[in-house]
Formats: sequence, C-alpha cells, structure tokens
Amino acid sequence: MILPALFFYLFAAACVASAVMVIVSRNPVHSVLFLILAFVNAAGLFILMGAEFLGMMLIVVYVGAVAVLFLFVIMMLDVDFVELREGFIQYLPVGIVIGGIFLFELLLVVGAWVINPQVTKTITAAIPTNVSNTEALGLVLYTKYIHYFQLAGMVLLVAMIGAIVLTLRHKANVKRQNINVQNARTPEMAMAMRKVASGQGLQDADAAEWVK
Amino acid sequence: MTIGLGHYLAVAAILFTLGILGIFLNRKNIIVILMSIELILLSVNINLVAFSTFLGDIVGQVFALLVLTVAAAEAAIGLAVLVVYFRNRGSIAVEDVNLMKG
Repeated sequence: MILPALFFYLFAAACVASAVMVIVSRNPVHSVLFLILAFVNAAGLFILMGAEFLGMMLIVVYVGAVAVLFLFVIMMLDVDFVELREGFIQYLPVGIVIGGIFLFELLLVVGAWVINPQVTKTITAAIPTNVSNTEALGLVLYTKYIHYFQLAGMVLLVAMIGAIVLTLRHKANVKRQNINVQNARTPEMAMAMRKVASGQGLQDADAAEWVK
Repeated sequence: MTIGLGHYLAVAAILFTLGILGIFLNRKNIIVILMSIELILLSVNINLVAFSTFLGDIVGQVFALLVLTVAAAEAAIGLAVLVVYFRNRGSIAVEDVNLMKG
C-alpha cells in the first residue's frame, strides 16, 4: 500500500521540479529537455491512476512529436536568447504574487470541496472492470464518441495543412517544373525553320537570332 | 497514506500555476510561453484523468485524448507561425510583434 504512495510523491515531485526548471532555465534547449522530463513524470502519474493508454499516448505524442518539434525550431532559429531573458527579475515579483494568488485560490477550491454522492448516478460511460484500460477506451471512443474522434482527426489535418502552407516557400533561384507552360508549348515556340544560303553557311547574325 | 483525488488535483493546480508564472516571467521569449501553455494543458489533462478514474467514468479520458490532440495541433501551428515570423523579421521577441498596430 505504501509503494503507490511513494511512487506518487516521486512522480509528482519530479514533475513539479522539472516544470519549475522549464520556466526558469536560461537556455531554451534545457527548457525543452525539462519539459520532456515533466511529461514523462506526468505519464507516470497517469499510469499510477490507471490510465495506461493516455500515459503511453503522452509519451508518444508529447515526447516523440511536440518536444522534438520545439527542439527543431529552437535549434533552427538563430536567436540571441540572452537578450530575450531581459526583464526576468523585473517580472519576478508580480509573477510570484499573481501565481501565489492563483495557487491559493485553486488549493482553496480543492480543499473545501467534496464529491456529491449522487454523482455516480449520472455517469455517462462507466469504466468496465473486466477489460484493460485501452480496450475500455476503445469501446466508447469508436462507438459513442466516434464524431469527437473524427473531429480530432480533422483538427490534426487542418493543423498539418496549416503548418505546411505557412512554412512552405519557393526560392526564386531554384528551377521548378511548370506543367502549364510545358503543356502550352507548341512546335512554333520550340523550333524555327531557316533557309540557309547555299555555299555561304551560317552567318553569325543568324546564329545569334536562333539562340535567342 | 492513501493517495486520493485531492493529491492529483493539488499537483495539477501547482502545474497550472507554474504555467501561468512561466508566461509572466518569460514575457519576451515566445518559445518558453508556448512551453508554458503546454504545461497548462498538461495540468488540465491530469485533472480530467484524475476525475475520470476516481469517479469511474471513462468519458474523462476520451476528453483528455481530445485535449492532447488540440495541444499537439496548437504547438505545430504556433511554431510554424514563429518560423514564418522569424523569416520576415529576424527576431522572435514578443514586443517586436506590432506589425498590425492592433
């Protein structure tokens, strides 16, 4: 019984500590690495709660995709990050005051609040006890919540197209295939018939015109 | 020493506050602001999953999955906008973002 509690405190402490490091770290690359640590520990919390599928999903999606995307962008942009850190000390007091008020309010809400015993009667889809978490999630995700699932797919599709459209650029000095121009090409555009005077051969003036 | 719903909610509350604090502290660095938003969404996910498992309702986990999707899409779009902005201005400082004079 003590082991889950120990693991909870381990994961929670590591998660909070790495979240602190994300926001105070000098180097954004370190921030991303601590963000990865925070997500891994949050995945541990999810698994501790019994949501294994979401825990694994967190590792796959966040650590595998989002964090790597952040790393790529940080390393690609040539930015002076020291300059961006100016004002950190200046904003620290007001940030701590607002954050403290916020945390106090949130903990007040969490502390002074009990679950209504009637709430179990309004459960939409109870967790089945005889199947794994992944199967239980799939049983409702593909039946009752199929429209939400497809909506999530649409969101990802729009995000993908949006990101490509935003970042795609055509460089002016790179030759590209233009299919419309190719299809519109006629024999008259491609070649010219010339009558070459017998015995004189090609004149330089003619050659210059052909090359043109 | 059993770990209840309140423990998880407290962790989520602390993470949420840290995300808010991160936005305040790194007002000039939009990359860290985006990371703070990811932290906030993570704390929301912890809340959803905690309620889902402690109340025995799987819908919370379905919802957490959707939040995960939106967070990933938001990160991708945000970073794409950032890259485009850096190409145009050569800077990503937040106070330089006044092109539209809004």
